[in-house]
Amino acid sequence: MKIHEYQGKQLLAAAGVTVPRGIVARTPDEAAAAFTELGGEIAVMKSQIHAGGRGKGRFKEQPDQPGVVLIRSADEARANAERMLGNTLVTIQTGEAGKTVNVLFVEQGLNIARELYLGIVVDRESGGPVVIASSEGGMAIEEVAAETPEKIFREAFDIGVGLLPSQVQSLSDQLGLEGQAARSAEVFLPKLCQFFVENDCSMAEINPLVVTAEGELTPLDAKVSFDDNALFRHEGVAELRDLSEEDAAEVRAGNAGLSYVNLDGNIGCLVNGAGLAMSTMDLIKLHGGEPANFLDVGGGANVEAVTEAFRIILDDPNVKAVLVNIFGGIMKCDTIVEAILEAYEKVGFSVPLVVRLEGTNVELARTMLADSDRDIITATDLTDAAKKVVATLIA
Amino acid sequence: MSILVDKDTRVICQGLTGRAGLFHSQKCREYARDECRRDSPVFLGGVTPGKGGTEVDGFPVFNKVADAVEAVGANTSMVFVPPRFCADAIIEAADAGIKLIVAITEGVPVLDMVRAKNYIDQTDSRLVGPNCPGVITPGVAKIGIMPGYIHTQGTVGLISRSGTLTYEAAWQMGRVGLGQSTCVGIGGDPIIGTNFIDLLDLFQNDPGTEAILMIGEIGGNAEEQAAEYIKEKVTKPVAAFIAGRTAPPGKRMGHAGAIISGGKGTAAEKVAALEAVGIEVAQSPADMGEAMQRAIARQA
Repeated sequence: MKIHEYQGKQLLAAAGVTVPRGIVARTPDEAAAAFTELGGEIAVMKSQIHAGGRGKGRFKEQPDQPGVVLIRSADEARANAERMLGNTLVTIQTGEAGKTVNVLFVEQGLNIARELYLGIVVDRESGGPVVIASSEGGMAIEEVAAETPEKIFREAFDIGVGLLPSQVQSLSDQLGLEGQAARSAEVFLPKLCQFFVENDCSMAEINPLVVTAEGELTPLDAKVSFDDNALFRHEGVAELRDLSEEDAAEVRAGNAGLSYVNLDGNIGCLVNGAGLAMSTMDLIKLHGGEPANFLDVGGGANVEAVTEAFRIILDDPNVKAVLVNIFGGIMKCDTIVEAILEAYEKVGFSVPLVVRLEGTNVELARTMLADSDRDIITATDLTDAAKKVVATLIA
Repeated sequence: MSILVDKDTRVICQGLTGRAGLFHSQKCREYARDECRRDSPVFLGGVTPGKGGTEVDGFPVFNKVADAVEAVGANTSMVFVPPRFCADAIIEAADAGIKLIVAITEGVPVLDMVRAKNYIDQTDSRLVGPNCPGVITPGVAKIGIMPGYIHTQGTVGLISRSGTLTYEAAWQMGRVGLGQSTCVGIGGDPIIGTNFIDLLDLFQNDPGTEAILMIGEIGGNAEEQAAEYIKEKVTKPVAAFIAGRTAPPGKRMGHAGAIISGGKGTAAEKVAALEAVGIEVAQSPADMGEAMQRAIARQA
């Protein structure tokens, strides 16, 4: 689960990490008041969306307006906020559709001496979280990694003991932090690691992490996301979810325990298992079709959940045919057929349906299909299924 | 011969009294009885805290894994407990001396798995999973949720990151007359107990395995590392398939590990790494069985 920058900074502040002073604004008047309250000569006003590249991003309705602006007066804050709030920001990460900006974050200006990169992720190889740091702040870390890998430093840490003083020292040395900045790192780095572990983060990225003229490490941005599977023990975090940032169909699928990703094609797919679901998409494409979605019903889904899966697929106006590919293990094939028949009854199929079943309780499921008088195309294997569903579109 | 599972395997189920735990324990018991014709039972009971001393469909229930080890001599555990208790269940099993822990549970918090894996690494227990279909040695024992009938005895070792795609592969191999020595689903999560390389090593050293089929998917670099390992250490024929050629970057495809991030972990990169070391890569998911056949024929 992703959260907004201002929410991430509020959580960091609550955990004792020093962050710049900032105020949330939802109207132009609030933006003006925020500038006044901060009291400085300069402030930064930033669009709050779940995507990066905001500074270079522009609004659809206001092509000259950037997503992040420097402001020097309350009037400037108000005027900019009027051009930003309620409008659609397009950045390299949002896609062409862009995202609506509903919230602005007005933050005090800082005297920046240096900009660094700092990120924490769970690393598969070392089997635990790893701190990734770079002297190249503000850049996309993938680019730095590709072009100048020697400028990236890594420290894996144990979740039981946190980041050790010796590890802080070596990161400070590599980043060239001295004096007050090194002392600031001794506090900042272990605290951020502790925050990551205590909140079950999946990523905490501070880019840039600035060193102020006074030698304080301060997060200028904060991109924090959480492990969905651990939200049950972080109620306060779960409440920060912003559904307006997510695809409506994906949210609906998630509520039913399904894993769904909307794609551009016209063949709806209902599959059990992520690997088989991806492979089914691959095979459709190989035979000249285009998948309309990835949909993994998982193993534990009941008839209601699978019926909901059909609703979600059929609600997509692009879907012109549906392919069901089930290899039952924990999922029973008869559950799927029951849901198919239920979907005919309650949702109605206006497009052709191709079904391929194998695995747990397949005999029972095939009998149920044969006994129904629904117009269902059955397939014997993967290739057969893909060819048949693509053929329905040509016919 | 086989790996991980053999005639001495004695299994209990942690989370036996849950719906899925019981159903699949029954299926595993049936498989051992009907397909393997074993003299002594393979599935010996289960653990559900607070329900010790009771019985469910002929399976004795114990409060603790240690009790089950003492009472029925269990050396293997199949874990079906809910996600939030899974790491503790794994640690408990290892602590009780269980040698093979097969965690089926899906949705375990990642940092819980970091903790469990740290613990397991200090013991001589092996963890497979979590979020995996389990392990089967056809004709000997099935520990997991895979349908038994698609597997036949043979000499191909099967390793897969994906559950249902493993079934697809076993089924396709059956259609071209290739049986399996052992099939292992390693799970689709970022932190897993046993990886491709661990199993490539076991299969390479298993006299009952003559060829290896490896099924990967987008995300991470486990397949690239496996390719390096195969080049150095594996002399048996290897075929592979990578799921997710058409997956868009930045979108998580169901498995917690299946995401193309920062342009890394694409299917194209993985296929290239595997082909570069001479592995026969199936170009379509319908071609896995035949790709294995080609790899065997090529090396014969």
